[in-house]
Amino acid sequence: MATIVEPTIFELSSPGRLGVTMPASDVPETALPPRNLLRSELPLPELAEVDVVRHYMRLSKFNYSVDDGFYPLGSCTMKYNPKINEDTCRLPGFLYTHPLQPIETVQGNLVLMFDLQEWLKEISGFTGVTLQPAAGAHGEFTGVLMMAAYHKSRGDSKRTKMLIPDAAHGTNPASAGMLGMSVVTIPSDARGNVDLKALAAACDDTVVGMMLTNPNTLGMFDENIEEVIKMVKDCGGLMYGDGANLNALLGIVRPGDLGFDVMHFNLHKTFAVPHGGGGPGSGPVGVSDRLLDFLPSPLVGIVEGGDDDIPPLYGFVTPKQSIGRMKAFHGHFGGGLVRAYTYISMHGPDGLKAISQFAVLNANYLQARLRSTYKIPYDRICMHEFVAEGSFEGSDVRALDIAKRLMDYNFHPPTNYFPLIVHEALMIEPTETENKDTLDRFADALIKIAEEAKSQPELLHNAPHITPFGRMDEVKAARELVLCCWLPENYETMK
Amino acid sequence: MTYIPISPNERDAMLNTVGVKSLDDLFDAIPQKHRFPELDLPPALTEMEAAALLNDMATTNENVREHLISFLGAGAYNHYIPAVVDHMLRRGEFYSAYTPYQPEISQGTLQAIFEYQSLMTNLTGMDVSNASHYDGATATAEAVNLAFAQFRGKRKKIVMSPTVHPQYREVVRTYSQGMGLEEAGDDATADLEVGPEALMSLVDESTMLVVVQYPDFFGRIHDYTKLIEDAHTKGALVCVVANPTALLMLKTPADMGADIVVGEAQPFGIPLWYGGPYLGFFTTKKSYVHKMAGRLIGETVDNRGQRAYVLTLTSREQHIKRERATSNICSNQGLLALASAVYMSTLGKTGLQQVANLCYQKAHYAASELSKIDGFGLCFTEPFFHEFVLCCPKPASEVNDYLLDHGILGGYDLGNDYPALKNHILMAFTEMNSKQEIDTLIEVLKEME
Repeated sequence: MATIVEPTIFELSSPGRLGVTMPASDVPETALPPRNLLRSELPLPELAEVDVVRHYMRLSKFNYSVDDGFYPLGSCTMKYNPKINEDTCRLPGFLYTHPLQPIETVQGNLVLMFDLQEWLKEISGFTGVTLQPAAGAHGEFTGVLMMAAYHKSRGDSKRTKMLIPDAAHGTNPASAGMLGMSVVTIPSDARGNVDLKALAAACDDTVVGMMLTNPNTLGMFDENIEEVIKMVKDCGGLMYGDGANLNALLGIVRPGDLGFDVMHFNLHKTFAVPHGGGGPGSGPVGVSDRLLDFLPSPLVGIVEGGDDDIPPLYGFVTPKQSIGRMKAFHGHFGGGLVRAYTYISMHGPDGLKAISQFAVLNANYLQARLRSTYKIPYDRICMHEFVAEGSFEGSDVRALDIAKRLMDYNFHPPTNYFPLIVHEALMIEPTETENKDTLDRFADALIKIAEEAKSQPELLHNAPHITPFGRMDEVKAARELVLCCWLPENYETMK
Repeated sequence: MTYIPISPNERDAMLNTVGVKSLDDLFDAIPQKHRFPELDLPPALTEMEAAALLNDMATTNENVREHLISFLGAGAYNHYIPAVVDHMLRRGEFYSAYTPYQPEISQGTLQAIFEYQSLMTNLTGMDVSNASHYDGATATAEAVNLAFAQFRGKRKKIVMSPTVHPQYREVVRTYSQGMGLEEAGDDATADLEVGPEALMSLVDESTMLVVVQYPDFFGRIHDYTKLIEDAHTKGALVCVVANPTALLMLKTPADMGADIVVGEAQPFGIPLWYGGPYLGFFTTKKSYVHKMAGRLIGETVDNRGQRAYVLTLTSREQHIKRERATSNICSNQGLLALASAVYMSTLGKTGLQQVANLCYQKAHYAASELSKIDGFGLCFTEPFFHEFVLCCPKPASEVNDYLLDHGILGGYDLGNDYPALKNHILMAFTEMNSKQEIDTLIEVLKEME
């Protein structure tokens, strides 16, 4: 039997124990529906409030978070999440407005959404923005749907091929796959750019477009970006930008100016919306003129102009050839949009540029400090992240071992084994919210670990050592598939 | 305001280590003519100024706690959220962590989501639950993807009841536009009085999925047992879109034989928040687990012999399977799954049953009083849970405007979606509606001319 460190809420349950209770009914009683429509039992836990609080407090202490320390998870942009955003998104006027209220009663929400659409357009150089998508992958799916709708509206039915570089996020091919498109993988060249020869060979009149992450997952800004975009457009394709790495580009370059037709934002990366242990995210999408009419519906617009005395009336508008609705209601308003709005309003143009400048400086600084110890396969000035190889000649230590050993030094590991084109990849994204001391301590730890790999490899193979939990038996989890728990069998009579 | 913790001296030392003279030198790879655009954005605010600005915007709204008495539901519900829920959500350890890819230092998130999965399976009666989906509408669309994958594209028809939430039906249409599906039943002009079995006339051997809502969009409680049995004889799967509050009282979709049960768990501890983020739940039978989209947490042990939890069956997911993945979903609603788990734990079995009973009682009191007013009546006769369709003597939009003038947020104007229901309002009631509020509604409507 495995040792139970923290019982589940089902195991903590005790028959008859009460938590928060509700007031008695103040209306005359109505009989319940007929018995055959009622459930026979409700096998849910019974705990007191203090039991619940202590349970979740204990669980929280098993987590490592940005508030605990350095979290250089590549392509995830784990920057500090400002506390003021937690307060603004919980203002009663935002918390307690219903998504179907008449627009006259929610002008505050609609102004915020309208401004945010405008700001994101200005930051990215696009002409239209939808705030509806729930996350980055949802934004990608939105973008790919618009690309398909664009070609269809022109009667261009033979376009079925999506070009995707080998350094792309896994969500890119999966998004194209959701529409049954065939994915053509384009290799990277020795400098980490799109291989132009391979791209030229793939460009023809069956191309829907290209999905490009730029900077890519090697942290490289494509040095031939204008040529890449021209080649895709010359064959009639559309250019999709994966905005996951936008933290490198604020005030540096606007994807719309470069010729991208569509891009999703990750408000939970670039604009400091917290990741929440897996979500919620928020994935607005920006488009160029060509795709403006295909945006999801509805968008926020001005439905009645104002004048000097009366502000305009904000409401909802439907693009002419809209692909339709991507989710119920209006996107991740409270958790995503209000936090991102607060964050952008506190930065302004110079503040946004500084974010990217320092995100890039921090990555280059770490790369410079690690260069002599770890192999950097694509070694040039990087953007907000870079990829090192987590292995050493003549050693059986792997990237995974290095990642786990970093936990013993109180750091969250970098992304490992991604991108797939780098052997034993360690993908490191420090973000702009780390100071020099932290970066130095992290570099020192990685250098020390490289020494340990030679002198005491078993220390790495068995790491982590000081965390509350050790390495997991993942095979057992997949084989036994225990995906939920229940109240104990003899629950009613046990206590 | 800046959150960059680097002094000018440190910056210069770092630039020196990198081997460049200035920050701008780091960006030589960017095409020069597009480098460093001037962004036309408002100047930066301090925290104090931003707090004031956002407070101004928020107070421009009329909200359902301070300004309006609300009877609006239609997929988003005003429920009481125990204080504990937000206190736990505000733990930085939970909200500022990423997806638990490193299980040794993510057991808090992993165990909490495993417990969430368990709460949802116990609530719906199904075998497995994923770690969450974006919302009820997208979870419904993913049910279509599951069915499509289950039949390997050989069955191409979905039959969707017109009494599924209109926005959910819209999202299913958006999601499936590239799949070449035949869609039947999704017709707002259909006869809405007929029972669910009428859908069977549309179900045939090419049908992969039947989608119904429980209680349906009009609040009606149908027992879908017969429909599901009949659909199964044609080989089709059945997805039930369920309201979790109603499931606290009503027969489970699993007991009716449902293959997939999805829905919107916003009523469980998530504020109205002008529509999001909410929490899509997705539960199904164990036999479909490999076709289910989204993350899954499974139980295992660590190398110290301790019980622990990990992300499992990841081979279904996009980062492994790429274009052959069951879905492209990556981020989900992790923190809100935690919110709903804390909500369910804090209220517990008893508190939750009280919530369901109060919703039911308030709605039935209101229904009985409203139908006594001249010109008003209940549109349908079937049993209902906490929503019902009120038939009005004039267009719903006029009634709602009149109510709003009296500080009352009326119900949902069904004429928006159903041409035959121009004079009909979908009214919703929860434990938040006191008898006094309901009596105010009655008095105001009695005086309507």
